[in-house]
Amino acid sequence: MTYIAKPKFHHPSLPKNALGYTHRDYEGKVSTLCAGCGHDSITAAIIEACFELAIEPHRVAKISGIGCSSKTTDYFLNASHGFNSVHGRMPSVLTGANLANRDLIYLGVSGDGDSASIGLGQFAHSMRRGVNMTYIVENNGVYGLTKGQFSATADRGSKSKRGITNNDSAIDLAAMALQLGATYVARAFSGDKSQLVPLIEGAIEHRGAALIDVISPCVAFNNHAGSTKSFDYVREHNKAVNKLDFITGRAPIKVDYEPGTTQVVEQHDGSRLLLKKVAADYDANDRIGATNFLAHHAARGQVVTGLIFVDSDPEDLHTHFNTVDKPLNALSEKELCPGSAALERINASLR
Amino acid sequence: MKNTDIAAPDYFHKVVDCQWACPAHTPVPEYIRLIAAGRYGDAYMINWRSNVFPGILGRTCDRPCEPACRRGRVEKEPVAICRLKRVAADNKENITDRLPKPVAIKNGKRIALVGGGPASLTVARDLAPLGYSCTIFDQDPKAGGMIRTQIPRFRLPESVIDEECGYILNIGIEFIGGRRIDSLKALLAEGWDAVFVGSGAPRGRELDIPGRKEAAANIHIGIDWLSSVSFGHINKIGKRVIVLGGGNTAMDCCRSSRRLGGDDVKVIVRSGFEEMKASPWEKEDAMHEDIPILNFLVPKEFTHDNGKLTGVVFEKVKAEYDAKGRRNLVPSGEPDEHYPCDDVLVAIGQENSFPWIERDIGIEFDKWNMPKVDPATFGSTNPKVFFGGDAAFGPKNIIWAVAHGHDAALSIDKFCRGEDINDRPLPMVDILSQKMGIHEWSYDNDIAPDKRYRVPLRDKVVALRDIKAEVELGFDIELGLKEAHRCLNCDVQTVFESKLCIECDACVDICPMDCITFTENGEEADLRTRLKAPAPNPTQDLYVADGLKTGRVMVKDEDVCLHCGLCAERCPTGAWDMKKYLIDMTHADDLCRTRHQSAA
Repeated sequence: MTYIAKPKFHHPSLPKNALGYTHRDYEGKVSTLCAGCGHDSITAAIIEACFELAIEPHRVAKISGIGCSSKTTDYFLNASHGFNSVHGRMPSVLTGANLANRDLIYLGVSGDGDSASIGLGQFAHSMRRGVNMTYIVENNGVYGLTKGQFSATADRGSKSKRGITNNDSAIDLAAMALQLGATYVARAFSGDKSQLVPLIEGAIEHRGAALIDVISPCVAFNNHAGSTKSFDYVREHNKAVNKLDFITGRAPIKVDYEPGTTQVVEQHDGSRLLLKKVAADYDANDRIGATNFLAHHAARGQVVTGLIFVDSDPEDLHTHFNTVDKPLNALSEKELCPGSAALERINASLR
Repeated sequence: MKNTDIAAPDYFHKVVDCQWACPAHTPVPEYIRLIAAGRYGDAYMINWRSNVFPGILGRTCDRPCEPACRRGRVEKEPVAICRLKRVAADNKENITDRLPKPVAIKNGKRIALVGGGPASLTVARDLAPLGYSCTIFDQDPKAGGMIRTQIPRFRLPESVIDEECGYILNIGIEFIGGRRIDSLKALLAEGWDAVFVGSGAPRGRELDIPGRKEAAANIHIGIDWLSSVSFGHINKIGKRVIVLGGGNTAMDCCRSSRRLGGDDVKVIVRSGFEEMKASPWEKEDAMHEDIPILNFLVPKEFTHDNGKLTGVVFEKVKAEYDAKGRRNLVPSGEPDEHYPCDDVLVAIGQENSFPWIERDIGIEFDKWNMPKVDPATFGSTNPKVFFGGDAAFGPKNIIWAVAHGHDAALSIDKFCRGEDINDRPLPMVDILSQKMGIHEWSYDNDIAPDKRYRVPLRDKVVALRDIKAEVELGFDIELGLKEAHRCLNCDVQTVFESKLCIECDACVDICPMDCITFTENGEEADLRTRLKAPAPNPTQDLYVADGLKTGRVMVKDEDVCLHCGLCAERCPTGAWDMKKYLIDMTHADDLCRTRHQSAA
C-alpha cells in the first residue's frame, strides 16, 4: 500500500485524445495492492486503452466481484459508474445492468478465484448468453488475499511458495470460453502492455461476450521458481499466436503487410482488426482449431497468448431477446404501458 | 546508448538543476529542506559555506538557479530560491560560534587582496582559516565593494552588509580601507606571497554626444552617482529624471531617483524592452514604482540652456535582423523626439580599468586590454597574481565573484604550497539512501501543488519616502514554509539497480510524469522519440541502464521527474531507491588535502 498521494502534475507534452483528455484523466485512486502486482499493470493497460479509444468515462460501467483483482476497479476511470458486487457475482450483476441500459460500455473485472471457483457458473452463463461485455480475468493462480493457496487455475504440478505441489487439474478459462460460445477470446500477460492494450481495445469494440484471460503474476505469493504464473515462467513459455496491431474504422487499410503475415478480421460494424501473425497458419476465426491449439500447447506447458478467437459476426444477448434499440431504463411510461388495446392484442395472441 | 555512469559526480549534479546552475554550486534543496524543518541556522551555514553572503544574496542575487529550476518546467514558475535564502538569513539564531575563529598560529604566508568586494572577501574567508595572513585594500572606508556602493539601501540594508562582511573580517583578516592601490608593481615589491586582484569593473561607460560637456553639471554616471548616494554625498535630484540604459544599474538609478525628489522618472533604452539586460523582476519593481520604460530610442543630443540641462533628443529606431539572426537597430524614419528633464543618469554599462597595473610585470593583456586569466585557476601570466570577480572577465554579479573567489583561493593555497594549480580536486559526494522503512522516507516527498508565493512589499507611499526603507519585507516563517514545500528535492535521486529488477512495470505505471520506459536500446535521438512521453529537451539527460533479463533497457528521462519517489515506493524488489546526493564543491579548506582527482 502506498501512502504518498500521486501528484496531480503531469508531463507537459502528454498527448491528448479526441476528447482533449490525457491518459492521466482516466486514472483512479492510488492502488492499495502490493508493490509490483501484475494487476496494477492491467489497470494501466485499461487506462491506456480507454484513453486511446477516446472513451467518455461516464459511458463506462465497471463491475467487479471480490478479491485483489476486483479491488482494481477503484484504480481506474474515476468518473465511471461502478459496482463492487458479491464474490463471483459480477457476471449476473453486469448482465442485469446491461439489460437495463445497453448503451453503456461494460467492463467486468474479475480474478481466478472470483471466476474459476465461486463464480464459475456465473462466468459460464454470461459467456454462453453472449452478454456484450469485456470480461477481464486477472489470473495469478493463487488466493493472494488469503496468503497464497492454489486457486482453480493453478497448473497441475506447479509449486506453491512453500514448496507444496498442486495435484488438481487447472481450469483454462480461455478454453472454456471458447467451448461456451464466447465470440472474442484472448489471453495476455500483464508484463507485456504492447500486446495487452490492443486486445482490451478490440474487446471493448467487440459487440458480444469478450473474454481476456490475463496472466498476472502475484509478486507476494506466486512469483517463485516452480510457479507457472511467475514473470520469468510466462516470459520463457509465452507462445504468442499473433499480435493485434490496431483497429481501423471503415476507411481502407493503408498499411502494407506482406501477404500471409497478416490476418484482417472484419467486424459487423465495418471496422477491422489487424492481426499480425506470429504463429504461421494460425487462424483466429477457427473456433475448433483454436480449441485444439490451446490444448496442444497447454500440454507442453506453454502459455498461448494473443487473440485466440474472434467471431466476425457476433450476436449478443439483446439480439437473442430481440429487445428494443433504446435502453430499457430510458423507455417512458407511454412505451412501457401501451394501453388496454395492446394488452388485449397480446392476450388474444396467447389464446 | 551506453549505460549511464552514475558514479561520475557531474551526472547527478546536473539533475539538481539549481545547484548546477549556481556558479558557486550551492546545495539548494538541502538548505530548503532545512528551512522547512525550521533549522534556519543550519540552512544559513550551508549557504555561508557555498556562497559566503546568504543575507546579501537572498536580496540581490541574479539567481541563475531560478530559470534552471525544474519546477519551472513542471508548472509555471520556479521555486523562489533566492528569497528562501533570505528566510534562512532573517530567522537564523546566533551563528557566530559556528564561524571559523582567527588562527593562532599563522602559516607565514602573506596574501594581498586588491579591492574589498565579494571576490576578495571570499578569497580571504577561504584562506584565513588555513593560517594565511590576508590583507584587503580598498579605496572606500568600509568593506563590501559594489555590494556597499552600488546596491541601494532600499534593496539591501546596511546592517546586512555590515553583518556579513563582519563575519569574514572577524576571522582575523586585515582590512585597510581608504587606501587605493595605484601600482601593482609597488605592491608586488612589498614581498607578498600572492596577490589577488578583485578590484571590480569600476568605470561607468561614458556617453559622448553633443551637449555632454556643456550640461555636465546635471549629467551623472550611474554607478558613481549610486556610490555617492550610498555614502550620503548626494541626497537629492531634480523633479524630472531620465535614466539612460537598460541594465540592473539603470533600475537602481531610477528607483533611487524616485526617492530623492524625482517625481517624473523615466528609463529610456536603445533596445527593445524584451532585450533589456535588467532581470525581469527588477524591471517589474521599477514599473511598480510608476517608472515608465521607453524603448527603441537612441540618445542623440543633450539640450541645454546656457549650460543648464533642459532635456535629451532621441532618434527613433527599430530592430532589423540580418540573415544570421543578428539584430541591428536602424533609424525608423520617424522624427526625433525631445524629452525634457532636469537630470540625466547614464547607466549604459561599466568597464574594467587597469591603469594601475604596469605592463612590464609579467601580466599579459589581450586585445581588449583585459588581463589574460585562466578560467579554471584564475591565475594570470604572473604566477603570483590571481584575478577574480568583475576584474577577471568583466561585469557579472555577486554570485560569480564568489565562485571565482573560491577557485582562486584554492589556486593560491596550492601555489603557496608549491603544488600544481591546474590539478583541481573533484567535488565530494555524499550518498545516502532516504528509505527509512516500508513506506517511510526521510524527506518530504508529498508534492505541493502550490503556485509561487509573492514576497510581501512595503507600502509604496511609505517606501518612496525613505531611501533606506527596505521595499521587500521578505517571506515570514509561514510563507517561507509554504514556498519551501514547493521544492522538488531534486538532489534525492532515483537510482536504479538492473540486477534487482523483475520488469513488472510497477514504476512505469505509477510515475506521474511518465518518465520511465522499458524498451529496446537505440541511439539517443531515436530513443528520445520512443519513450512513454516524448523527451524533447536535449539539455536534460536520459538515464539508461542495461542488464535486464529481457535484454531491454530502462530509460528514464530526467527532464520533469518530480523526485516523488513513487517508483521506489512501488518497486517490489528495491531496484529503485531514492538516494540523496549531497555534492560539496572543493574549497581551499582543510578537506581539500584529502580530496583527490577521482570519482566520488
